[in-house]
Amino acid sequence: MKTYKQTFAELKRAALIPFFVIGDPDFDTSLEIIKAAIDAGADILELGIPFSDPIADGPVIQKADIRALAAGMDIEKAKDFIAKIKSYRDIPIGLLMYYNLIFQYGIEKFFADFAKAGVNSVLVADLSIDDVDEIYTPARKAGLDTVFMVTPNTETDRAKKIASKCTGFIYTVSLLGVTGGRETLSDMVKPLIAKLKSITDVPVCVGFGVSKPQHAVELAKAGADGVIIGSRIVKIIEDNLSDKKSIPAKVSEFLADVKKQLG
Amino acid sequence: MKYSGRFGQFGGFYVPEVLIPALEEMEKAFYQYYRDKKFTAELDTLYRDYAGRPTPLYLATRFSELVGFKVYIKREDLLHGGAHKVNNCLGQGLLAKYMGKTKLIAETGAGQHGLATSMIGALFGMQTKIFMGSIDIERQSVNVHKMKLCGAEIVSVTGGTCTLKDAINEALRYWTSNVADTFYLFGTACGPHPYPTIVKHFQSCIGIEARAQCLEKIGRLPDIVTACVGGGSNAIGIFSAFLDDKNVKLIGIEPAGKGLKTGRHAAPLAAGTVGILHGTKMYLMQDKYGQILDTESISAGLDYPGVGPEHCLLKDTKRAQYFAVEDRDVLDVFDIFTKCEGILPALESTHALAWVYSQKDKMPADTIVVVNLSGRGDKDVDIVERNRNPAPSKHSS
Ligand SMILES: Cc1ncc(COP(=O)(O)O)c(C=O)c1O
Repeated sequence: MKTYKQTFAELKRAALIPFFVIGDPDFDTSLEIIKAAIDAGADILELGIPFSDPIADGPVIQKADIRALAAGMDIEKAKDFIAKIKSYRDIPIGLLMYYNLIFQYGIEKFFADFAKAGVNSVLVADLSIDDVDEIYTPARKAGLDTVFMVTPNTETDRAKKIASKCTGFIYTVSLLGVTGGRETLSDMVKPLIAKLKSITDVPVCVGFGVSKPQHAVELAKAGADGVIIGSRIVKIIEDNLSDKKSIPAKVSEFLADVKKQLG
Repeated sequence: MKYSGRFGQFGGFYVPEVLIPALEEMEKAFYQYYRDKKFTAELDTLYRDYAGRPTPLYLATRFSELVGFKVYIKREDLLHGGAHKVNNCLGQGLLAKYMGKTKLIAETGAGQHGLATSMIGALFGMQTKIFMGSIDIERQSVNVHKMKLCGAEIVSVTGGTCTLKDAINEALRYWTSNVADTFYLFGTACGPHPYPTIVKHFQSCIGIEARAQCLEKIGRLPDIVTACVGGGSNAIGIFSAFLDDKNVKLIGIEPAGKGLKTGRHAAPLAAGTVGILHGTKMYLMQDKYGQILDTESISAGLDYPGVGPEHCLLKDTKRAQYFAVEDRDVLDVFDIFTKCEGILPALESTHALAWVYSQKDKMPADTIVVVNLSGRGDKDVDIVERNRNPAPSKHSS
């Protein structure tokens, strides 16, 4: 199974990391969309298991969660879904999700089962480094890498502590706020990348608000090891629900453009 | 964070990283000021002159006769704004002022917390934004008007069930983007640490007064103290003073909505399982996967799938007991109590009265029960009309 380490070592440029909600807008379409994203050059996948109350997400991803849940996605099916992607291509997969789903599944069992399904890491949006002990050992025991978030208002000492607990990459939140497309990059992100680069060797991947090929290019220039694009892509799904068959090609087109500009 | 904010296994602060600095700042400010002489003197003055504390402890004579034992009412309904919410809002609002914050946000269900926050926003000259589910805006329109009159902006929330849970989601999201200058004035003893501790502290005046009033008026402590439980602030506020009085039974009442068996209720202590939502570990209404379930209650202020972490611990340690009463019984007792006493109870508080009524003729005549009447029912007159039980209750005279 391909690791983050191998992936970042092989790449001569920033990794392209699209985010999708598993099962949005339905199981089969979602699978086709993600296969198309892989073919268009995604280096790593960031996938969300839908939750009813996603407090770290803006309207676009909230709606995606609702669509996926309404179409019957649940945690068991998500496991099958991941296995299907892994059988299509051996690409690293990071989950981004909310704690209650893991807690109800059983923490140890969750990490073990999803490691088996082919996941590389699990980022819990509503679990901070203060509670790292609840998941760190179960994750490592299952052979997973760990990923935590750093935000522009995280103090330096705390950022160091977070970095020391990240074995996969640091999920660097570009702004103060929730997920969602933005016209321009936050002016907080470049200093944040520079700060993280000065305190750790762990790859720095930037997400939240990354919406345009130009954003990705700028972040890469600023030193980001990966760019995570979520709402901008999920919006393509939202805008084409009346013609689901057209979505994979449209997602693919957008990602291919970003990839080209990343070089 | 200095403290873990745990109540046994419950509580904690399960929030996205971006909110940690704001919660840390709040924790620090709270512990810096809550015993500070100047702060407490200022708060005491506001409690007295602005809110109307202390509130009376009233012997409800006719209702007592009806049920067959003595029922004392802690009159939080008489407070400015019409509910206990003002206690917490003055405390947190003053904290915001001491912290140099200029903007307030709050979630609201019944509109009582939104109203109290709007009042305090006006009082301290702070810009105020209230997040409220679109269904609640409709069913509590009187309070919406009052909030606007105080100068607050109302944000209608349409996600999920369009009620309190969704208002909290949206307020948290907004806070994430505006953490630097905005104080999130949380309305109940729930949510991430330090809120359960802060809210309990600012509501503990209810219990401290009630306990002293019992000793002074009755010459002894009550046998039972009861309160309705939404997020749990009015209940923990009155319970807190009696926790060490082992002979005083503490009884919290949750909303059973259309009935616990129907699943259409909002009673996580009675019928929920342990989970994590809105930053805290608590009993929660959820499906087997951990998706949060829709809730239902005639009272908007209790219509929430979770409950404060300290109540979860009090349930597990059996120091408090929790029961649930259904909408139809609440509606009956709303009429019965109002006709007996000429006091309109809030539908939230009526849950506690309905439990007391369910004990009619079941307890010795010298039993003393203290009910926390957390709010007045003016806001609920329309809802009661619309939902009035088809057959007039045989008890109402
Ligand atoms: C009058 C009244 N009582 C009780 C509640 C429930 O909240 P809590 O459980 O925090 O006291 C509310 C909430 O809006 C309320 O307005």
